[in-house]
Amino acid sequence: MKTLITSTTSTPEGPFDKRFGRAAWFCVLDEKTGESTFIKNENAEGQSGIGTKTAEKVVELGVGKVISGDFGPKAKKLLDKFGVQMVIINEDLKVIDIINRIKG
Amino acid sequence: MPLKIAVASGKGGTGKTTVSVNLQYFISKSLTDEVLLVDCDVEEPNDRIFFPDSKTTSTLEVTHAIPEIDRNKCLFCRKCVDYCEFNAIVVIPPAHFAEINASLCHSCGACSVACREGAIREKPHPLGKITTVNTGIGEGIVEGRLEVGSAMQTLMIKELKKNVSKHHRDADSDEIILFDAPPGTSCPVVETIADVDYVILVAEPTPFGLNDMTLMVELLVEMGKPFGVVINKAGLGNKEIYSFLKEQEIELLGEIPFNKEYAGKYAEGKLLQNIDPHARRCYSDIVTSIERRLLQDEGINYFKW
Amino acid sequence: MKELTILSGKGGAGKTSVAASIASVAQNAVLCDDDVDAADLHLIFKPEVKEVHRFEGGQVAVIDEEKCTNCGICWSYCRFDAIHTKAGSGFYINAYQCEGCRLCERVCPSKAIHSYRNNNNYWFVSDSRFGPFVHAKMGAGEDNSGKLVATVRQKAREIATETNAEFIINDGPPGIGCPAISSISGVDAVLLVVEPTRSGLHDAQRLVSLTNSFNVPVYGFINKYDINLQVSETIEAFLNKNHIPLLGRWNFDVNIVKAMLEKMSVVEFAPEGETAREVKKVWEQLKSLMLTD
Repeated sequence: MKTLITSTTSTPEGPFDKRFGRAAWFCVLDEKTGESTFIKNENAEGQSGIGTKTAEKVVELGVGKVISGDFGPKAKKLLDKFGVQMVIINEDLKVIDIINRIKG
Repeated sequence: MPLKIAVASGKGGTGKTTVSVNLQYFISKSLTDEVLLVDCDVEEPNDRIFFPDSKTTSTLEVTHAIPEIDRNKCLFCRKCVDYCEFNAIVVIPPAHFAEINASLCHSCGACSVACREGAIREKPHPLGKITTVNTGIGEGIVEGRLEVGSAMQTLMIKELKKNVSKHHRDADSDEIILFDAPPGTSCPVVETIADVDYVILVAEPTPFGLNDMTLMVELLVEMGKPFGVVINKAGLGNKEIYSFLKEQEIELLGEIPFNKEYAGKYAEGKLLQNIDPHARRCYSDIVTSIERRLLQDEGINYFKW
Repeated sequence: MKELTILSGKGGAGKTSVAASIASVAQNAVLCDDDVDAADLHLIFKPEVKEVHRFEGGQVAVIDEEKCTNCGICWSYCRFDAIHTKAGSGFYINAYQCEGCRLCERVCPSKAIHSYRNNNNYWFVSDSRFGPFVHAKMGAGEDNSGKLVATVRQKAREIATETNAEFIINDGPPGIGCPAISSISGVDAVLLVVEPTRSGLHDAQRLVSLTNSFNVPVYGFINKYDINLQVSETIEAFLNKNHIPLLGRWNFDVNIVKAMLEKMSVVEFAPEGETAREVKKVWEQLKSLMLTD
C-alpha cells in the first residue's frame, strides 16, 4: 500500500507539514518497496477549495493512507468516500521520523 | 424612484443594527411612513430580533443554479476542472468520479461552457430566503438569510436587492429604503452600497473604530459615494475620530451616547422600548442632518419630504 | 512549538482585545494577525515593520478596447452583471462586481479580455514589544482569502522555528469560510470568544459546527459576561453540551476600553485588575492544555 505524508520540504529530513491542503510537498511511501518519492503540491497556492483539490490528487495517486496534522470538512468527506484512511499526527516531527515509524 | 440609503461600518459590533433600526423608527415618526428597512447582513440578519411581535408576511425561497455532472455522459477529460477558477469540481479519471462541490461553486457557468459532451446540467440549489416582516414601523423589514455554510453572500445580497427593487420602483414615490449593510469592507458590502444614493457610516470613537472607519472611508471615496458619519457609543472613547473627520472634511451626522443599560437592552433584543430622551434627541438630530444633507445634494432636489 | 487560534465569528465580540491580552502574558511567542479584513491588532502592537511583501488577490477581468469588436458575447455570458455598456459604444467591466471566474476571457472571440490579479494587498513582518508579529493589509474592496491566511501563518511558523519560539498566537478571521478554515487547519488549540448576545450565540453555534469537523481541541471564553446573564448561561450550557471547556470570562470592564484608547492591552493598562488576572489564568490553562496534548 502507498502512504502519503504531508511535508514542508522535498527531503525526508525536512519537517512534516501539519496542514493537508496547503502542504508544500507530499512524500509518497510505497510500503512494499520502502521507496519514498516527493511530489510538489501544485494546489498549495490556490485561493480556495484547496482541501478538495488535494484530496482529489491523493485519490488519483492511488494512496491508501494519508498522514497529516488535520483535515478540513470537504477533504475528509472526499477521502472517506474513496476509503482513504486518514491518520492525524500532532507532534512536530521530521518526515523521516514518520517513515521510520511506518517501517517499524 | 425611492431614495436609497445604506448604513455601514468597517466592522461588526459598532452598533450598525441599533442605528438602522432606530433610524427607521425616527424617519417613520418625523419624515415619512414609507420607510423600508432591508437587512443585507445575510449571514447574520438580526434586525427583526428587535421586533418580537412582528409578523412574517411573505417568504420567498431563492435558488442559484448549481451544475451537476452526468457521469454517464462525462468523458473525464477535466476541461471543466481547468475552467473552474474556484476549485469546485473534482474529477478523478481512473475512478470514473466527477462531482461538483456546491458550497465552493460560484454559479459562474464556466463549466457548462467548457463541457462539449453536454454532461453538465445546472439545477436550482437553495441559496437562501427572503422574508418580508410587518413590524408596525414604516413598511417593515425585508431580510435576506443565506443558507448556513454557503459562501455566496454577495449573490444573496444581489437577489435580495433585486427583489426589493421589483416591489419598490414607483418613480414618483417619496419612499426611503434603508439598507443595513454587512460588516467589513469586502465584496458583500460593495454589493450593498453599489447603487445607493447615500451611505451612513457608523463608527465608535476608539482607535479600532477609527481604523475600521478609515478603511470604509477609503472604499467610499474610491467608489465616489456621498456619505456622513454617525458616532455611536460617544463618550466611551477619545477625540481622535473627531479630528479625523474634521481634517478630512467628513460630515458628522450625529452622536449617540454610550449607555450600559442600553447595551443590555440590545443583548435582550429590546431596542425601541423606553428610549431615553437624550438618545431620542440624538436620533432626531441625525434624521434632520440627513434630510438637510440630501436636500443639498445635486440631483435629488426633487425629493420632497 | 504550539499554535493557538482565537476566533469569534462576527466582529465586536472582543476577540482582538483578548488576543492582545494573551499576547502580553505569553512569553516567547510569535503573533500573527489572520483577521485581515479589518485588522486591528497592529493598533495595540504598534509594530516596527521590517519586511513588506505584496500579495496577489483575486482575479479581475479587463477589456482591451483596441481588440474589442463590441460583439457583446462577454456581456451575455457574465452572470455577475459586471459587464456594462459604455455611454457611446463598447463595453467595460466593473472591477468591484467582477467575480474573477474568467468566463468572459474564455468566450471572447477576439481575445480582447484578460484577467490580472489585484496586487493592492500587503503583508508585513514586524517587531513588537510582545514579540515578532506577522500581519497584513488588504486593498479596499478586496476579500481575505485562505491563501493569505496560509501565507502569514507560514511566515509565523518560520519565524517561530528560527527563534525557537514556544507558541504562535493567531488572531483569527471572522466568518466560517475559507479564511477561517485556513486559520484552524493544523493548530493545537482554538479559543472561541463569545459575547452574550443572541447573535453572539448564533455565531458560536456556527463556528462550533465548523470546528467540530476538525480534530482540534476547542475552548470557550465569554466576554462582557454580566451584560446579559441569561444569555451568558445559555452560551455556557451550549458550550457544555458540545464538550467545550469554558476557560474564563470577562465582565464588562471599562478598563478594556480605556486600554484600547491608550493603545495598550488591558493587561498592560490595569495589570492588577480582575480582567488581567482572568487572562493570566486562561493563558496558564491553555498553555498546559496545549503542552500536554
